[in-house]
Formats: sequence, C-alpha cells, structure tokens
Amino acid sequence: MGKKNGTERIGSTQERLPLSEILELNGISRRDFMKFCTAMCAVLALPAASAPRIAQALDTVARPTLVWLEFQDCAGNTEALLRASNPTVAELILDVLSIDYHETIMAAAGHQSEETLARVVKEQKGKYIAVVEGSIPLKGDGVYCCIGGRSAVDIAREVCGNALATITVGSCAAFGGIPAAHPNPTGAVGLKDAVPGATVINLPGCPLNPDNLTATVVHYLTFGKLPATDSLGRPLFAYGKRIHDACERRSHFDAGQYVEQWGDSAHRKGHCLYKMGCKGPETYNNCPTQRFNEKTSWPVGSGHGCVGCSQPLFWNTMTPFYRRLPNVPGFGVEATADKIGVGLAVATAAAFAAHGVIAAFRHGDDSEGKGED
Amino acid sequence: MAKIVIDPITRIEGHLRIEATVEGGRVSDAWSSSTMFRGIETILKGRDPRDAWVFTQRFCGVCTTVHAIASIRCVENALKVKVPPNAELIRNIIIGIQNVQDHVIHFYHLHALDWVDITRALKADPTKTAALAASISDWPLNSAAYFKGVQDKLKAFVGRGRLGPFANAYWGHPAYKLPPEAELMATAHYLEALEWQKDIIRIHAILGSKNPHPQTFLVGGMAIAIDPDSQSALNDDKLTEIRLLLRKARAFVEQVYIPDLLAIASFYKEWAGYGGGVGNFMSYGEYPQDSSGKPEMLWMPPGIIVNKDLSRIYPVDHKKISEYVDHSWYDYSAGQGKGLHPWEGETQDNYTGPKPPYQFLDTERKYSWVKAPRYQDMPMEVGPLARMLVAYASGQKDVRKAVDGVLAKLGVGPEALFSTLGRTAARGIETLLIAQQLPVWLDRLTANIAGGDLAIHNNELWDPASWPAEVQGYGWHEAPRGSLGHWIRIKQQKILNYQAVVPSTWNASPRDAKGVRGPYEAALVGTPLADPEKPLEILRTVHSFDPCLACAVHLLDAVGNEMVRVRVL
Repeated sequence: MGKKNGTERIGSTQERLPLSEILELNGISRRDFMKFCTAMCAVLALPAASAPRIAQALDTVARPTLVWLEFQDCAGNTEALLRASNPTVAELILDVLSIDYHETIMAAAGHQSEETLARVVKEQKGKYIAVVEGSIPLKGDGVYCCIGGRSAVDIAREVCGNALATITVGSCAAFGGIPAAHPNPTGAVGLKDAVPGATVINLPGCPLNPDNLTATVVHYLTFGKLPATDSLGRPLFAYGKRIHDACERRSHFDAGQYVEQWGDSAHRKGHCLYKMGCKGPETYNNCPTQRFNEKTSWPVGSGHGCVGCSQPLFWNTMTPFYRRLPNVPGFGVEATADKIGVGLAVATAAAFAAHGVIAAFRHGDDSEGKGED
Repeated sequence: MAKIVIDPITRIEGHLRIEATVEGGRVSDAWSSSTMFRGIETILKGRDPRDAWVFTQRFCGVCTTVHAIASIRCVENALKVKVPPNAELIRNIIIGIQNVQDHVIHFYHLHALDWVDITRALKADPTKTAALAASISDWPLNSAAYFKGVQDKLKAFVGRGRLGPFANAYWGHPAYKLPPEAELMATAHYLEALEWQKDIIRIHAILGSKNPHPQTFLVGGMAIAIDPDSQSALNDDKLTEIRLLLRKARAFVEQVYIPDLLAIASFYKEWAGYGGGVGNFMSYGEYPQDSSGKPEMLWMPPGIIVNKDLSRIYPVDHKKISEYVDHSWYDYSAGQGKGLHPWEGETQDNYTGPKPPYQFLDTERKYSWVKAPRYQDMPMEVGPLARMLVAYASGQKDVRKAVDGVLAKLGVGPEALFSTLGRTAARGIETLLIAQQLPVWLDRLTANIAGGDLAIHNNELWDPASWPAEVQGYGWHEAPRGSLGHWIRIKQQKILNYQAVVPSTWNASPRDAKGVRGPYEAALVGTPLADPEKPLEILRTVHSFDPCLACAVHLLDAVGNEMVRVRVL
C-alpha cells in the first residue's frame, strides 16, 4: 500500500537525516547497519538478499513517534526490550523511533509526563505507533488500573484509537494473560477486546522475544504495511511454526527418547521433555530458532518444558504445566509430525472440555493458527 | 496549604501515586497509593502447587526471579523437601546476579536522573570530565576522547529536536547540584550500564534459559541438568562463561557504580538529613550456605531493628506479622480496625475510591490497593538499607568494613544511614558485597561437579500422589527490594490458599488502623520542595526505596476460608 503512495508511509511527514547518517554520527558504521539488516531478514524469514531493500527503506523513511503504555503489567516486556540483542543498532532504531512516552524509563513524572502523551495524541494523530504492555480491566468502570486518575480502558481508547497501529507486547496485552486467568477477578482483557476499532498486531509471549518487536517495526518501515498474521493477529514470520517442529530435541521425540525424571541421564543428554509436560507440540513461536538474551538459550534448550506462553489463555489451557499433553497412540519414528499434531490437538481439546476450565481453544491443527477462537 | 499529586510516579515498576500537602516549602503530609490490581492469588486457588512459581513469577518482570524463588521455597517447606546442594548454589548465583543487575539498573536508569541533569552534560569539558573520572576510578574507558564521543552523541540527539524519554522532565531545577563534568560522567555511565546489564544477565539465560522470567526453577531443585560430558547440560564451557560474566559484573560495580555513587553523593550530603522514614527495619536473611534451613546458615543475617537502635537485633517471628485494610480498598469479615495474620488473611476487594477520571483520592478514608502490613503493629522498612543495617548491627565483618568505609569517605556518621542518601548508599554497598561473593558460590558449584556430584533435583516428592492430604508452609526470600514472604496451604494436591507479603507492600503501605504512616509516607514528611509544580525532591526519596508496585498488590483468598496453619521452619 504505502509503497506507491508516499503520503501513506508512516512517518513520512517528518523530514530527517537518513538513518545511516544518523547512525554514522552515533558511531555505527554502514557495515554494522547492513549486518543488522541481514539479521532482521533472518528474523523475518526473508532471504538475505532482502537486506539491501530493508537498508534502503530504513534509510529513506523518517521514523515515527512511539508511545509505550503499561496497564495491568509486570514490566516483563519492558525488561525484555532492555535485553534486546542486536543491541546497539536495535536500541538506536528504537531511539530514532523517538519513544516519547514510557513510564518505566521516562525522566518526566506526574502531570508533565501525561502532558507529553496528550501532545503526541493531539499533534500526531494517526501517525504514531502505540505499544501496549499489560491487560486492561473492564470490571467496575476500570478502577482496577488507573494512571493519572484515568482508567486504563479510557487511556487505551484514546491513545490506541488514534494511533496508526498498536503493537501489543506480551500475552497480557494480546490476550488478557495472567490477570485474565480463571476466574479473571478484574475482568481483564487484551487490547483488541478493549478497543475493537484499533489496528492491532499481537506479539504474545511471557514476555515476548524483543527481536520480534524490532522485526515487526522494521517490517513496517520497510514494506509500509503490517506483516501477515494468523487468525490471532500474530505475525507469521515469528509465530507461523510450532515450537515442536523447530525444536532441537525433536529428533529424540521421534526416536522415542524421553526424560523420565529431572536430572536423569536422558535429561543430561538433552532428550525430549514431552513426558515432563512440555507444551511445545501445542505452541506457536520462534523460540527454538531465535532464542533469548543474544541467542544464549531458551526454555527447552536449558532443560525445562515449554509452558505455551504465546497461546491465548495458556494459564488455563496449558496447566498443570507438568502434566504431559494427552497421550496419543502411534507416535514415534513412523508417525509424521502432522499426524501427531492433529492427534494431540484433538485430544487436548477434549481434555480441556472435560476439565471444564474453559472452552477448548483449538479445533484444528492449522499451522497458521487458523481455526482457533 | 496546597495539596499536590504525582501520578504516575515514573521510573518505577508498576503504578504508584503520591498525594502530598505542602506547607512553608516542605512536605507536611503524604499518602502513598497503588492504583493497579490483578488478583493473582485468587487465580492460584485450586491449581497444582508445583505450577505456582510460574504464576507468582509474573507478579513482577523487573525483580523477575524473586517470586519464583519464594514460591518454590514455600512449597518445599510445606512438603519438607530438601534441595540438593548444587541446586541451592545455582539459586544463590541466580539470586545474587539478579540483585547486582537490578541495583545497578535502579541506580543509573531509575534513580540517577533525580540527581543528574543530563541536559547540562552538554556544557561539560570532556578533558576535565576525564580528569574527574581518573581521580575516582581507573576504569579504562574513562578518557577525554570517550567522554567527547558521548557528548557528541548527546548533542546529535538533542539537535534532532526530539528528546524522547528525556522530554518534559525537571531539567534546570535548582535542586540539581552537580558540576557539568559529573553530569557528563554519569550520563556516559548511564549508557554503559544499559549495555552492561544485558550482558551480565546472560547468566540467567545460561542457568535459567532466559531473562526476564527464567524458566528452570522446580519444586525440589532446578531443571538445568549438570553433565560435564554433555552439550545439553551445565558443563565446563558454560561455567567458564558464567565466570567471565561475573568478572565483568564485579569490575563494573567496583570501578564505575561505586565511584559514581560516592562522587554524586558527595554533592548531595544534605540528603543524609531527609527521608528518614519509620526507623524500623526488617530482614529475613538470605543466601543459604547449606540445606539445613537454619537462620545462622544464611550469608546475610535475619533480624529486626526498632527505632533506629543499632545496639539490639530482634529475631524475626512471622507470627507477629499482620495486615490492616483500614485505608485499603478491601473489606474484612470481622470488620475494620484489626490486623490479620497472613494465615488468617482474607481479602475481599471493595473499591470505594472516586470514579475515574478523578483529581484527588479520599485520603481520609481508603486510598490504595496496597494493604498495610505491620510487625507487632509497627511499620517496617525493608530493602538493602534494612539488610545492611541488620548485618552491620549483627557485627558482620565485611558489612562493617564496607559501611564504615563509605561513611568515612563521605565524612558522615552512622546516623546518616537513616535517610534518602543512606538508602541509596546501602544499595551500592550491598551490590559490591554480592558481586564479590558470587564467584565463591560458583567455585563451590564447580568443586561439587568436579567431585562427581551431578544432582540437581530431589525427585522423592515430585509426584503429588506421594504428598500428605494436607500440608502448609512458607517461603522467605530477600529480594532486591526487601523481605518477601509467600505462604501456601495445600489440600488434596491442590492450592487451597496462597498469599504473598512483598517488599513494596511493606514500604508502600498506606496508614494502618491507628493512622500510622507507611515508610514512603513517613519518609516524605519534612522533605523540602523548591517548586511544588516540579516536585523533584519527592521523586528522590520515593525512588530511594526502589518501588515495585505490581508486586505490592495482591488478592488473597475468597470469603469464608478457614484459618490456615503454617508449619514453622
């Protein structure tokens, strides 16, 4: 869309130095910048040949304002942002984005901070990006979360309703997360349910992988549109594959080699955690390939099962965390991943319904998450 | 008399609001309010106790390990599970590096801008800045060229006309007193610390798979296997990487954080006279040196100090803890005016505040989602200052030496500790001591592994079918922000009741039944305010506690729960 019509490109109203020049000023070489663009290609699942295109786009597009709202949150996604890999350049990208409002890091306080937010909404209506962390309580007129005397839902309607787009970071903002876990004492919901009219892209996870946030923003700047998503609003470049299918322990699953006890020899050798309750077969995210903290590790890699934290209502559907997913006859070397997936999904859905915690959340095994409600 | 409101208090975790009255240029009274509530303890009821740590970890993403630790400890206490020494050492390393990283982030990214006016760093002479830095530290980066580079970066940033997160702050406020060179030095280290913190916390990723929210905790041990002959377990490669990161952590603390802290503090000595607070201090003690669970085997000692009297240390008895709701948005079935022990704790949320949007809260009545915990009816301050005071008064040699050294450098007496400045200094001292101790735990872990001990988890009671029908327990932890306790009652393998009394509940407490102020509130009274429109001085004192409000607010059991009995350690 925005590629043909320049006026629709985000941030195009601001005249600024090309990013590469700003980076040069900040001591980042052209070479580092290209390395960053190539890394972004990897996260976005694009061929490395796309790097020059990303570089060109980042260079010519002026970057818009970003405001980061925190509601019923634990600041875990904010902390994740502080640990972002590709740090120097990524942080600069975010710096160049101009983060005008973020309670945890901003210097201003009290009404001076709220003035800043109001100014962005007024003066840059329809041009800024909103990032939302934390769920929004709807019960009791929203009294369970107030900032500056205003309820979270009131703030979200105004700020996200007037934004170019809203990116939810973490499962709370995307789907309600832990405050919405049974019995949801405060009537907490995700952003899309609180502000149905907003343009939203969901980056769930508890917390999200910050590389996926950077990649989403870069995708936006490069192609002038939001990345393609599954039916849950999650970008396919990050959430298009099951953890199980990209897992480094997958060969042990196929070979029937399982950890039976914490610390046993199978655990020490890195065998499959399926029997210890791993939810990888039910979870869509790029943890196995993207990893965390500069690609140091990820939960299954370190020896604990996946808890399914990027799935809606995982606090209800994936618990108890140490109970293995319903046993499906026939898995092992001869069964294909997809057959197992179908079997697991159906059996899990039945188990959830029987458990009576919530309605089953998955009806099929579409790898893009279609069919989930 | 004017009433002012600061909402949101930024550069903290969570949603905090301060209302204060001002008379004659000073704060005459103050009210601390938390304006966010999630109800995680209600959500825990009926669930598998082995899952609880994953839930409670989400109390907070900043002190991201602490509620996981307290949770597994309370379940282990209830089930009488002994944790293998390797798991205990790995936990100590995870806890220790969390404290080091969290305290440094607090100093540079959450607190420093209360003392450092970064806009004046533009006026500094980089050569003089390098000379100043060289006079306090031999940190290799501190050169004139380096500071010039930072200043140029800052100039380019300001020159682009958008200050981003630094916009609209209290810059130019008369209470800022540093020379421009110190401002430039601190600004450079603000940026350096941002890089450093993400590097050293990779220790959590190595031992815990990721940070925030590491995911290798287990009731009974840890889920990271140990095997020197496996790539998929904790091996020598990974231990070496941790050793190098610990070295990096310690170097920055010794050569950057502590010198900066002392240099900045020396320009603000009058803040040793403000922000004193309630004068009572509590620490549960931390870092078990073995699996005995005995208080005397904790590296940091437990204890209570009353009314600033360092000549007496009282033991901590959790039966003397109770929580009031007279000024909090909850009801008690037996009515107001009485405190309830966590065992008998009940919480029915009942918001009676103004309907949003509102201008002021009704501070005469109920005004916060935080309850008012009291120890023998006394408010308690918890956190690094409390821990250092308890260790100091207990005569711990390392702490005595470090504290006396800092006091001598600043040319102040021990009474200066009871203040905003003392709180900020104590956090630095603690960071230094932990950074120096961490390699000791790593050495012990390495020695265990070298001796053939690969045990990481005690499986005996992993299967819930092996549990008694009813058990209860509690787990204590000294988190970066202070004393944290989780209480659990388990019935038929399920959580019957769960409660957390957390550091910021103690510190951010509203008034109790007798109208006695909580620590933030008490500390703010008497604070000078040069400009009530820009209450920078209030931020200094509130930030000196390192507030963490998402942690502080929690909801307990539903109505009508029977009394919970907890087995004492």
